[in-house]
Amino acid sequence: MGELTLGQYYPVDSVLHRLDPRVKFVGTIVYIVGLFQVRGVFGYLFAAAVLLLLIFLSKVPFRFILKSLKPVFFLLIITMLFNVLLTPGTVLWKWWILRITKEGLRQAVTMGLRLVFLVCGSSIMTLTTTPNALTDAMERLFSFLKIIRVPVHEIAMMMSIALRFIPILTEELDKIKKAQMARGADFESGGVIRRLKAMIPLLVPLFVSAFRRANDLAMAMEARCYHGGSGRTQMKPLRYRRRDAAAYILMAVFLGICIVFRITGL
Amino acid sequence: MQIELKDLSYTYGLHTVYEVPALKGINLKIRAGEFIGLAGHTGSGKSTLIQHMNGLIRPTSGQVFYEGKDIWEEGYDLRELRTHVGLVFQYPENQLFETTVLKDVMFGPGNQGLSEEECRKRADYALKLVGIPEDLYETSPFDLSGGQKRRAAIAGVLAMNVEVLILDEPTAGLDPAGREEILTLIRHLRDQQGITIILVSHSMEDVAAYAQRMIVFHEGEIAFDGTPKMVFSHFRELEKIGLAAPEITYIMHELKERGLDVDVSAITVPEAKRSILMALAQKNS
Amino acid sequence: MPIIRAEHLGFDYVKFNDDNETEERVNAVKNVDLSVERGSFIAILGHNGSGKSTLAKQINALLIPTEGTMWVDGINTSEEQELWKVRQKAGMVFQNPDNQIIGTVVDEDVAFGPENLGIETEDIWLRVEDALKSVGMLGFRDRSPNRLSGGQKQRVAIAGVVAMHPDCIVLDEPTAMLDPNGRREVLEAVKELNRREHVTVILITHYMEEVVFADHVIVMDKGSIILQGTPREIFSQVETLKKYRLSVPQATELAYELRQSGCGLPEDILTSEELVEALCRLN
Repeated sequence: MGELTLGQYYPVDSVLHRLDPRVKFVGTIVYIVGLFQVRGVFGYLFAAAVLLLLIFLSKVPFRFILKSLKPVFFLLIITMLFNVLLTPGTVLWKWWILRITKEGLRQAVTMGLRLVFLVCGSSIMTLTTTPNALTDAMERLFSFLKIIRVPVHEIAMMMSIALRFIPILTEELDKIKKAQMARGADFESGGVIRRLKAMIPLLVPLFVSAFRRANDLAMAMEARCYHGGSGRTQMKPLRYRRRDAAAYILMAVFLGICIVFRITGL
Repeated sequence: MQIELKDLSYTYGLHTVYEVPALKGINLKIRAGEFIGLAGHTGSGKSTLIQHMNGLIRPTSGQVFYEGKDIWEEGYDLRELRTHVGLVFQYPENQLFETTVLKDVMFGPGNQGLSEEECRKRADYALKLVGIPEDLYETSPFDLSGGQKRRAAIAGVLAMNVEVLILDEPTAGLDPAGREEILTLIRHLRDQQGITIILVSHSMEDVAAYAQRMIVFHEGEIAFDGTPKMVFSHFRELEKIGLAAPEITYIMHELKERGLDVDVSAITVPEAKRSILMALAQKNS
Repeated sequence: MPIIRAEHLGFDYVKFNDDNETEERVNAVKNVDLSVERGSFIAILGHNGSGKSTLAKQINALLIPTEGTMWVDGINTSEEQELWKVRQKAGMVFQNPDNQIIGTVVDEDVAFGPENLGIETEDIWLRVEDALKSVGMLGFRDRSPNRLSGGQKQRVAIAGVVAMHPDCIVLDEPTAMLDPNGRREVLEAVKELNRREHVTVILITHYMEEVVFADHVIVMDKGSIILQGTPREIFSQVETLKKYRLSVPQATELAYELRQSGCGLPEDILTSEELVEALCRLN
């Protein structure tokens, strides 16, 4: 169980898994930017083809990609409904105050596809990259922000510690919940206020534990000579290889094609 | 029969890739007033088992009876069951949350819907049982010492007037003095209050010294069930499943092998002492 | 030169009230003199609140003595500019295995210390491999720590310290939260390190069975050292230990009880083998 709840890394060996996480991070952004350039049918077909190719290359089973759509499914439906019902234009069908327009349908399909592609595209990144590698990538990519005194290293350290402790705290919360249930606590019935009140016996111990863990961890880090990012070396520093350069070139090509689609309106 | 488990099985993550069978067809009867030591190494299923006894986990198959009633039958009040079968988890002090010790102990009775007055009475009674002095009632539970915190947490379960008390490694992380305090308390609860005790412990020495009946779990099944003496006589088999008998057992067997006529079933220091002294006297006469 | 030396060591915890005034002063360690030889295995016993943890934290400068002086390999731990050197020389392993692992992958966690020391990447890899090998965890290098047993996590934590190439490792109740198998694993790993790599070990514990292997045992109570000597010398004083509510191994206790009843057993029995041997020789 554990870390499966968080991040969705799918451990297989593929070209995409082997790419530098920075490439995947930039690549995801490039894909999203490209996605918002295309308008016409051919543009979307192109974006879909690229997506399918990436999924194929990632060796991640298709159902895992689809799973990532589950949490946004509700959002997707709402977005499409609003677009269908609220876009003015040529009316195709009308009932009471509800009306469906041609433009609305078009808009809904466009928005829906964009959302689906966007979620699928970014989940390819999270499925092929460990959360830790992603944190590393972000630390490196945003290191230029250090000039304006953004504590990039510290933020990255915080993120990776959070990644390590979220599963531990989740498990702990479950344990506390069971223990309070053994003391007769009831988390299921009652109104909102009562349920919120029932949370106190869970949250207080959880916070106490989180603080104690934070304290212990800080001490353990200090004992192991941690003193911030300066003078720190890395066991697994990110190094670009030839395939990463190739990936960047392909991204440029992809973006170029998308812009062509935008200009031609295809 | 106070608690009865019938063909009980439980599988974690049923119908997923991570399916792990934790209990396989357990049949177990527990009578009122027993003191049971539950042993087995981490992952043997004992922690899963005890959570079945107060209905925190629903068995994948099989039945759980309390006082003859199937607890998973339609309409059975599980919350009431939990006031009869108290479960003290590992490191119970991690679940303290109230602003004062007294209020924390009152949480259980409060959940039973008792009046403030009655809750206070119950809490006072439970705190006295575990030996927390009255002048600590109004302090924050977080200001207590490690051993006191744990005893206060146990009081939190006792205050529900339980008939069965299940404790998961109640001595974990305590120093020898603290360990003894807790174990003496548990023995007292059984002898004076007649509470059925189920003690999950890694310490064979503790089980040998305190329990009347010992149940050993291995890979989700009951490997041994009998008096500690009987179970420890199988110490070779116990070793095979990664457990050991108390040091005394080894000493007694070794002495017997070397020709001293001692009682090999002795499992505690006083028993061993008596038997060795007798054997020595016999030899010299 | 001893690797660790303390003179008149004292430590006060000060509790402040809301107005930032001293409300309470707790004398956790008082007037401790200590000298630990390089390569030795020292055990510190005592129950909760005896000051043993406070003493341990002063060895790697997590706490700075409020009285007296502590030297690690000749360096005074009170000198602030030497802080990181002291911590590199005296590594520390804590009680809770979950709260001292920083990395989300085993080998990355072991690398944490060396990374902080600014070791070159290639060297880090060598150190991590050696350290994991020395605690028998090399096969788990790509695992997530969350999937390991308590004993395995503690061994990873020990490897994390070993990778910093310390002269001395202080273990603060490393087995208190483990089951018997985990305890055995960790203890074996520690003994191996001491024997094979000659790392000085300071083991803080309240399990008497773990002390039997030590070269030297220190018993603490209320912040002071009340007994010290070889395990044999310590465990021959069953009465004193009982007075301080410390237990002794069952073999020692049985030997003591038999002696009380008039058996002519020697006073320094430590293991069951020795007890059996002595009993068989009684006639």
